[in-house]
Amino acid sequence: MEVVYITIGVSVIVAIIFFIAFIKSVKSGQYEDTYTPSVRMLFDDELVTEDKEKKEKSTK
Amino acid sequence: MEKEQFYYDNKIVKMFLWATILWGVVGMLVGLLVALLFIYPGYLEFAGSDNAISWLSFGRLRPLHTNAVIFAFVGNGIFLGVYYSTQRLLKARMFNDVLSRIHFWGWQAIIVAAAITLPLGFNSSKEYAELEWPIDIAVVLIWVIFGINLIGTILKRRQRHIYVAIWFYIATLVTIAVLYIFNNLEMPVTAFKSYSVYSGVQDALVQWWYGHNAVAFFLTTPILGLMYYFVPKVANRPVYSYRLSIIHFWTLIFLYIWAGPHHLLYTALPEWAQNLGTVFSIMLIFPSWGGMINGLLTLRGAWDKVRENPVLKFFVVAITGYGMATFEGPMLSFKNLNAIGHYTDWIVGHVHIGALAWNGFMIAGIVYWLAEKLWKTPLYSKKLANTHFWLGTLGILFYAIPLYVAGFTQAFMWKQFNPDGTLVYGNFLETVTQVLPMYAMRAIGGTLYLTGFILLAINVIKTAKAGSKVEDELAEAVPLKKISGQRIAGEGWHTWLERRTVLFTILVTVAILIGGLVEIVPLILVKSNVTKIESVKPYTPLELEGRDIYIREGCNNCHSQMIRPFRSEVERYGEYSKAGEFVYDFPFLWGSRRTGPDVHRIGGKYNDNWHFNHMLDPRSTSPGSIMPRYSWLIKNDLNASNLEDKMSGLAKLGVPYSDEEISGAKQSLLTQAKEIENNLRQDPEFVSNYGSSNVQNKEIVALIAYLQRLGTDIKGNTKTALK
Repeated sequence: MEVVYITIGVSVIVAIIFFIAFIKSVKSGQYEDTYTPSVRMLFDDELVTEDKEKKEKSTK
Repeated sequence: MEKEQFYYDNKIVKMFLWATILWGVVGMLVGLLVALLFIYPGYLEFAGSDNAISWLSFGRLRPLHTNAVIFAFVGNGIFLGVYYSTQRLLKARMFNDVLSRIHFWGWQAIIVAAAITLPLGFNSSKEYAELEWPIDIAVVLIWVIFGINLIGTILKRRQRHIYVAIWFYIATLVTIAVLYIFNNLEMPVTAFKSYSVYSGVQDALVQWWYGHNAVAFFLTTPILGLMYYFVPKVANRPVYSYRLSIIHFWTLIFLYIWAGPHHLLYTALPEWAQNLGTVFSIMLIFPSWGGMINGLLTLRGAWDKVRENPVLKFFVVAITGYGMATFEGPMLSFKNLNAIGHYTDWIVGHVHIGALAWNGFMIAGIVYWLAEKLWKTPLYSKKLANTHFWLGTLGILFYAIPLYVAGFTQAFMWKQFNPDGTLVYGNFLETVTQVLPMYAMRAIGGTLYLTGFILLAINVIKTAKAGSKVEDELAEAVPLKKISGQRIAGEGWHTWLERRTVLFTILVTVAILIGGLVEIVPLILVKSNVTKIESVKPYTPLELEGRDIYIREGCNNCHSQMIRPFRSEVERYGEYSKAGEFVYDFPFLWGSRRTGPDVHRIGGKYNDNWHFNHMLDPRSTSPGSIMPRYSWLIKNDLNASNLEDKMSGLAKLGVPYSDEEISGAKQSLLTQAKEIENNLRQDPEFVSNYGSSNVQNKEIVALIAYLQRLGTDIKGNTKTALK
């Protein structure tokens, strides 16, 4: 059953990678606001009137 | 900061959308073909029953079905949703258009390669990892391309907060890469033949560690990510609890990876490993149901929309199916329930709740919704979509319920004893013919589901024809401001460097991992071996060739080689299977389903003529059997040209083949084949029908040699063992 060194080892490494990602994401404030993101994703940012917007950009 | 304008890449989303529909139809059609084989075992023998067509036999088509629906249909469906939602959630076009195209076309090329090689019998035997080594390498390469594209997009995002869906995509990316690589570590012997570097119990553990996580990280986490994007979007409501979604994500990924051993309960796997799998599988119900509740409750106060919007109908049934499947999963991981469900059609029903409801309906909903978005026009026919919904839902019920009935019927018939201690259904065939009506209903369910999906195809084609041709969509967003105090604007090189370093590190790690593993893994495993059983010897050259035929024909799709330590199984099949018996099994062939009986102790049970006649026409020896005819095994000459390569490959993996054995392999093979032909000639009927042909050169002889060897090593019968 030496293969468990591989499966458990790899599983732990993957878990550690995700744990580091978790700590980093907490520290960088990813989870400070647990409401706004759920609403923000509902808004579309596509511009329907494409040509007009292009002209606007150049004047801005 | 000034807003930036950029274009979303809709072309790539459309490409994945068409691929999803195409492979969905193909994969489900192959599913229906194999479902019909249960009721009409001979209906694909177009060239007559004496000329069965090898590439249309069940053992070769079943892997094609599973691979097509998992990696082609759901795979393209995932990429479809990921490429659409990632761009919008991160407010950025995909990192690189060329990578997107390589990803798309590479993935389709892999699918085509699989569709050609699997029916031809190039099969590594590991479930959901059947593809042979050159295709495995292509899969890893394309997956890395996808990874670079996804991470690159995350790094150039304009939205600092990473929405929970993206986290699910990242987990999918990382975990599938790692698992796929480890499970597919193989020793290539020819261009399309390899042996797993693990054997027996070890191989079984790695396979199901992968197999369960293919379900977890390919069929679950990416779809959950899609759920967290598309359900709120379609309902136009924020997710029920964003906090719950975060808890859901982190607990799910930390628990899932340990659940694999629940596929091996009561097998020769050490008990502690089985218990580990059980404990984690049961814990999994919490994050799974957290996710289900979060998805369904997103529709709180919006249930009226479900009545009007077919897309939401699909989502509701999909999430409910997810809840059912993830309730069943932990239940089936309890050892006492697993003792009933394992090897039966219950499992097939269980996975199809996941596949048809959760995956199929989530993807169908997404496809309908995106068809309107991508072609900027209302759906061609809402009525048709509703018809699809009802056909599909009925299809799921007609598929799953009969198989639950079949599963319990099988389990109880297998285990039923007479008062005198003999089995009530001692003939396994009785337990097969009993459930044939259930198989017929299952095929009806599948037909309904496929019909519904074809309606989707028609609906989307019509919608696309009526819609706008715009490929790229203009959008605008404020670019991300660097948080770091010292480096503000004007330091573009840093962004550049940061992006490169991260990518570089990832690539280097992947490269080192693969390179290092190929070297290290066999070294660790070679000396290892579970409890040694002295009488267990390597396969003879002829048996080895026979075993490769067994793998090629996919016998392990219907026959297990693992007798569990239950009275009913020992009574039916013989002594229960020991870990030490499988040390030379590269790969393991324990199987996961008993459509036919277990064959681990088949060796010596019947004579060679029985096997010969049974392969030629299973109905001649076992009336009512639904096994395919294998007439080509009697016609095809055995190709043993790679025999020495195979044996020296196995020797490198730790099988004690000596140099003399390898150099004398061909001679040994001929001697044993001659012996079997002589046995066969004792039957006058055989002599009158096949007496003139050179049967010793045919594939059937190798297969008979292998089958007669199975499970005999611990019977004290060393006659067939390698001298």
